[in-house]
Amino acid sequence: MAKIHIPTPLRQYVSKQPSVEVKGSTVGEALHGLVSQHPDLRRHLYTEEGKLRAFVNIYLNDEDVRYLNKEATAVEDGDNISIVPSIAGGTSLASAGG
Amino acid sequence: MLRLGQSHYDALRQHGQETYPYESCGVLLGHVDEDGARMVTSIARCTNTRTDTPQNRYHIDPGELVRIQREGRERQEDIVGFYHSHPDHPAQWSETDLAEAHWFGCSYVITSVQKGTPAMTNSFELTGSEEVAKKLVPEEIAVI
Repeated sequence: MAKIHIPTPLRQYVSKQPSVEVKGSTVGEALHGLVSQHPDLRRHLYTEEGKLRAFVNIYLNDEDVRYLNKEATAVEDGDNISIVPSIAGGTSLASAGG
Repeated sequence: MLRLGQSHYDALRQHGQETYPYESCGVLLGHVDEDGARMVTSIARCTNTRTDTPQNRYHIDPGELVRIQREGRERQEDIVGFYHSHPDHPAQWSETDLAEAHWFGCSYVITSVQKGTPAMTNSFELTGSEEVAKKLVPEEIAVI
């Protein structure tokens, strides 16, 4: 079993749990297990085409799965998977020049 | 409402002064009080990874966020918000801030730093639950 850590904004879709334990041999299987258990979460993680949303980062322990084997990255018992929506912003381009 | 101690309030404003003319950024950790206010019990300074245009953009490395979240869990703290600075721009959210905001129910604190000196600090809650209907709504900052 791997543990998926849920960020605060998404906990309302997983019965307010900070983490959920799921089965799965890959990151993708674990995430699909998560949204199968908690279907209201699906649209917040995946597009209608079934791809992870661009602003959703997935980490296996301390590694970004984009730089591993993406959703096919192997998961072992005791691994920690983190769902991390991106944090960015700044003054607008229009006002930045003025 | 965002509730935080004077030292945390001063620290996030000071961070904006230190990084001027570039944007500062960081994470607010704590819990939600019974009245719904987000109570900050610690803050974590972050590195602005937008080295291409740090004067008008910020980005926090999600790997740094994973570490901050883990350290927060060990102290029974959750992420309740974020802060950044607007060098020589108002303490108001921009279209970029809204487009890049995804942490619903969290506070987004913005400090205007004018000519190197912290000026106004405002906080906004990201409301809604869907990307297409989200809003940054002004909220009170209670410094305790």
